[in-house]
Amino acid sequence: MLALDRLCSAYGRIVALHDVSLAVKTGEIVALVGSNGAGKTTLLRTVSGVQPAASGRILFEGAPIERLEAHVRVARGIAQSPEGRQVFGPLSVADNLALGAYRRRSPHGDTLARVFDLFPVLKEKRHIPAMSLSGGQQQMLAIGRALMAAPKLLLLDEPSLGLAPLLVDQILAAVVRLKAEGMTVLLVEQNASAALAIADRGYVLETGRVVLEGAGAALLADPKVREAYLGL
Amino acid sequence: MAEFLQLVFSGLTVGAVYALVALGFTLIYNASDVINFAQGDFVMIGGMGTVFLAAAGIALPLAALMAIVAAVIVGLLLHRLAIEPARGASPVALIMITIGASIFIKGVAQLVFDKQFHSLPAFSGDAPIALGGATLLPQSLWVMGVALALFVALYLFLEKTLLGKALRATAANRLAARLVGVNVTIILALAFGVSAAIGAIAGVVVTPITLTRYDVGTLFALKGFAAAMVGGMGHPLGAVVGGLLIGLLEAFGAGYISSTYKDAVAFVVILLVLFFLPRGLFGGRTVERV
Ligand SMILES: Nc1ncnc2c1ncn2[C@@H]1O[C@H](COP(=O)(O)OP(=O)(O)O)[C@@H](O)[C@H]1O
Ligand SMILES: [Mg+2]
Repeated sequence: MLALDRLCSAYGRIVALHDVSLAVKTGEIVALVGSNGAGKTTLLRTVSGVQPAASGRILFEGAPIERLEAHVRVARGIAQSPEGRQVFGPLSVADNLALGAYRRRSPHGDTLARVFDLFPVLKEKRHIPAMSLSGGQQQMLAIGRALMAAPKLLLLDEPSLGLAPLLVDQILAAVVRLKAEGMTVLLVEQNASAALAIADRGYVLETGRVVLEGAGAALLADPKVREAYLGL
Repeated sequence: MAEFLQLVFSGLTVGAVYALVALGFTLIYNASDVINFAQGDFVMIGGMGTVFLAAAGIALPLAALMAIVAAVIVGLLLHRLAIEPARGASPVALIMITIGASIFIKGVAQLVFDKQFHSLPAFSGDAPIALGGATLLPQSLWVMGVALALFVALYLFLEKTLLGKALRATAANRLAARLVGVNVTIILALAFGVSAAIGAIAGVVVTPITLTRYDVGTLFALKGFAAAMVGGMGHPLGAVVGGLLIGLLEAFGAGYISSTYKDAVAFVVILLVLFFLPRGLFGGRTVERV
């Protein structure tokens, strides 16, 4: 579904991604792990088109998309729940979700019902401003908003960041359920053990380069990963 | 008492125009963080455009419509040619650009129009309406009615339509707006177009009362800016309250002190707000970029 081919991206003279190649196949959860500053967010931003690719290719369903504007990529089927949630604070929960479906021309009542089914608390709080939600609820809203686009590929940037363990479990369970329903997910996490545990495959990013890749379970068992990212 | 009421009427009339100019500031500021000092020039284009088109023999309503469309085109060009190429520049640089654009628009207006003051006939005659011992011009009712209608329309647009929500979403979090597929460039152009239309409509309805000239935009921008600051930059309701407040202060200043200092009221208010109430009455958002 998604293939990155020697992708480079930079902020001015700071090169954040060096020749990154990776693939996400339809129906997979792929985890992208790495320490703070490794370039995970930059990679997702580049895939979404809010950060330009300096060189390399991004293929989505076989077609190059690296020159397309961000809103065109959403229409093609790539949605992102960004790092730090980034909900539309003054707007209601319902409006946040409606904006998630901004690029859809068809009615989306059934998608909304599925989002409320996945995160019932959003239905309860649909009339209140997004900024009055707790951190965990805002995370659910950010994921729900991305789902409202009915994407083919869901990009999740640190959905567990700053959440209590119980909420982390709840969010990751939702990701597993989405996969069971056929969603393809690229999951970025600093919380490597949690992400790799639910992933089919994983990539380890270090200062903008892919240094390891493999099945989720294999990476979890890898001594280098255990030492560097799991603190074991 | 009658004198007081008279001042209230005239204050609310000009205040309604300041409120509309302030709404224009608010809309553009929210969508783009740009404080558009060419906002007052849209008022001038609305008034002067109508005067000259009507003088060319075009019926007044059609002349007004054409002038408003012209202002919208100027607004879109301002965005496309001056603001969009400078995307990412500092807020101060963007303010300088709008001030430059304002000077340019006045220069062109001097050539296209002239340097004289002009007026328009009042829409519903000049017979004053007696009210509580004071009198009210029918045109004042036009100004207040149109301002109210525009405010309600803008409110409905921003709160009830998906496009309006996209505009508010862009204001709240530009990155997230792009990630849900909002074309931010089009939203910014929309904000400039709608602001220009609001300003021009204000110019059409107020010209029978205040007269117009190629350079009246400067004072409208100053007072609209003061109104937006009082209300809290970026807050639509605050803009309206701020506009009415500045209008009333001006009217009372002119009535009870001296009309010589009428235009200084806005300056004093800006300074007071900056010193004592930097976020305005309604606590507008602070300038932040995503
Ligand atoms: N807006 C930015 N401007 C300049 N450098 C940035 C910016 N965002 C990230 N970087 C740099 O790019 C590198 C990768 O950052 P990021 O993609 O956020 O990493 P991660 O998400 O893995 O923590 C880091 O060195 C970071 O300092
Ligand atoms: Mg990150």
